[in-house]
Amino acid sequence: MDTLSALANGFSIALTFQNLGLALIGCFLGTIIGALPGLGPSNGVAILIPLAFSLGLPATPALILLTSVYYGAMYGGRISSILLNIPGDEPALMTTLDGYPMAKKGMAGEALALSGIASFVGAFFATWGLVFLAPQLVKVALLFGPAEYFALFALAFATLGGIASRNQAKAALAAGLGLGIAMIGVDGQTGVPRFTFGEVHLYDGIDFLVAIVGLFALSEVFIFLEHRGTAKATGDASGIKLGRLTPPMSMIKQTAPTMARSTVLGFIAGVLPGAGASLGSFIAYSVEKRLVDKHGTFGTGDPRGVAAPEAGNNAAAGGALVPMLALGVPGSGTTAVLLAMLLALNITPGPLLFTNNPDVVWGLIAALFIGNLMLLVMNIPMVSLFVRVLLVPPRYLMPAVAMISFVGIYGISGSTFDLMVMVFFGVLGWVLRKLDVPLVPVILGVLLGNQMEANMRRAMTISDGDWSALFASPLSIGLWLFAFFGFILPIVAGRFFRSKLPRTDSEADPD
Amino acid sequence: MSDRILGGLGLLLAIFFIWQATLIKESFISDPVGPKIFPIIIGVLFAVSSLAILFRPDEEPEWPEFSRLFEVGLTIAVMIAYAYALPTAGFVVSTAVAAAYLSWRLGTPPVKAVIAGVVIAIGIYVVFHLILGLSLARGPWGF
Repeated sequence: MDTLSALANGFSIALTFQNLGLALIGCFLGTIIGALPGLGPSNGVAILIPLAFSLGLPATPALILLTSVYYGAMYGGRISSILLNIPGDEPALMTTLDGYPMAKKGMAGEALALSGIASFVGAFFATWGLVFLAPQLVKVALLFGPAEYFALFALAFATLGGIASRNQAKAALAAGLGLGIAMIGVDGQTGVPRFTFGEVHLYDGIDFLVAIVGLFALSEVFIFLEHRGTAKATGDASGIKLGRLTPPMSMIKQTAPTMARSTVLGFIAGVLPGAGASLGSFIAYSVEKRLVDKHGTFGTGDPRGVAAPEAGNNAAAGGALVPMLALGVPGSGTTAVLLAMLLALNITPGPLLFTNNPDVVWGLIAALFIGNLMLLVMNIPMVSLFVRVLLVPPRYLMPAVAMISFVGIYGISGSTFDLMVMVFFGVLGWVLRKLDVPLVPVILGVLLGNQMEANMRRAMTISDGDWSALFASPLSIGLWLFAFFGFILPIVAGRFFRSKLPRTDSEADPD
Repeated sequence: MSDRILGGLGLLLAIFFIWQATLIKESFISDPVGPKIFPIIIGVLFAVSSLAILFRPDEEPEWPEFSRLFEVGLTIAVMIAYAYALPTAGFVVSTAVAAAYLSWRLGTPPVKAVIAGVVIAIGIYVVFHLILGLSLARGPWGF
């Protein structure tokens, strides 16, 4: 019952005027970010981090704001999926399959309401899963020494590359690139400069916030510039009538088992490192299709085909927070960006977070419960408000996004050099996305590189330079095996599985 | 072909990275591993994955035609110019120009694009500077 009292304490933190306000703003912004094609949870959160940081928000309020955006984006993505047949973000891709046909049948309102309920169910139970699973994982993580942490980081890269990407070599390249960038700057243990080429600006290393905003937000602007005038990301929602915004009870009853199963599957997909919300919704939809699609109605506007991916992706979003908070190892793009927020605030996630800063963790979790309720209200009765936002064309939206990115980075340091680095990363992100190289391993490398090296060297110092110490304990051997198979198995067996993953335009990243 | 170029460049970068890693000066205080080994491991990982991409390339991505590439290049130049203009011309003026340019290149008619640029610049100034109190670049006129 420790957990429950900690949670109650969390509610007392979250229920302040400021935190409630931030959760409300976050949910609202998140829904918009999710709904707008071209802005997803990872780039939405990426743009807001430098802003939250330069506004000087303390850790708990900042996290509440950003995770509300994250949860909100998972709700918002479905709006454009259903109304425009354009996924508002990557995880909402599966929702187009049955959501848009439902809208064409004149049931847009029902589809939006039902998917809103499914999102709520998925997120609600996943947050409970977070409450109970994270402390258990913390107990395991407390047994970790430096060697185990080193293996854990390797595991995160391996599964991210193995499970979530189409080309393992490219994921490995991306990880190497990120780790290499992390090496720039003064070595933390001996104080010697590395890869600085005498440039003073580089002594502090590359600021990961600069890299993230460049890679995720600015590269999006280039993508839009490239596709200007084509059908991509232009849609017209004005012609669609919403209809009634309450699904009939029979529809809820019919989809209840689907929601339950999809929530469980989505949560598991979220907890596993390397698989984010996109995979959660994909797995939920395909399992449901195999299980209950007896009359071949999936894909023609079956309500269960709307409920499954939405419950799945929202549950996965909650699940992905488990390894991020308990181990400090994010399993998806957006949680990697959230990790950057924590690191920027000098808070190291992981088991110590639960003992040293319990109010951050439990305040955040309580805020997620509250935010989820707010989102339910925003996304069913007030959904037409967001439909209007969809009418803002990208040619006005993207310049604003670019400028806000510049404002955020300039706000941190006020240095032109950082803006240059950001533009560089924007171009790099665009080229890498064109070449189908995933960006999340790059970010993960930049974020975790120094910790990974520090843990390796600590383990070596303890063992006095004996490399076998990295594989000495059963725990680390287990992690290495998991990492090995997580990377190798998808190459061997994964051709079959991955070929079914829908290939989208440029995304090689799990959100 | 693109992937082979990527693999080739990656390989060169890896070699350069490893070479630079061997040049890192050791400090007199050091741990058993030192500051060189981990970067070298990364360099090897980078080289191996570059080789894999070089020999097993994916299908060719769709590159935009030359005029679009030129346009992306021009936009990059505008962004760099913007970064340099910020401290001298101030936030509102430089942002209005850059946002108007971007909006125009994304397909807005010129006059509307100028209006959009000004609205975006003033909007950001009001929300982030006046309401939220974020420090923005100050020009000769103080905004």
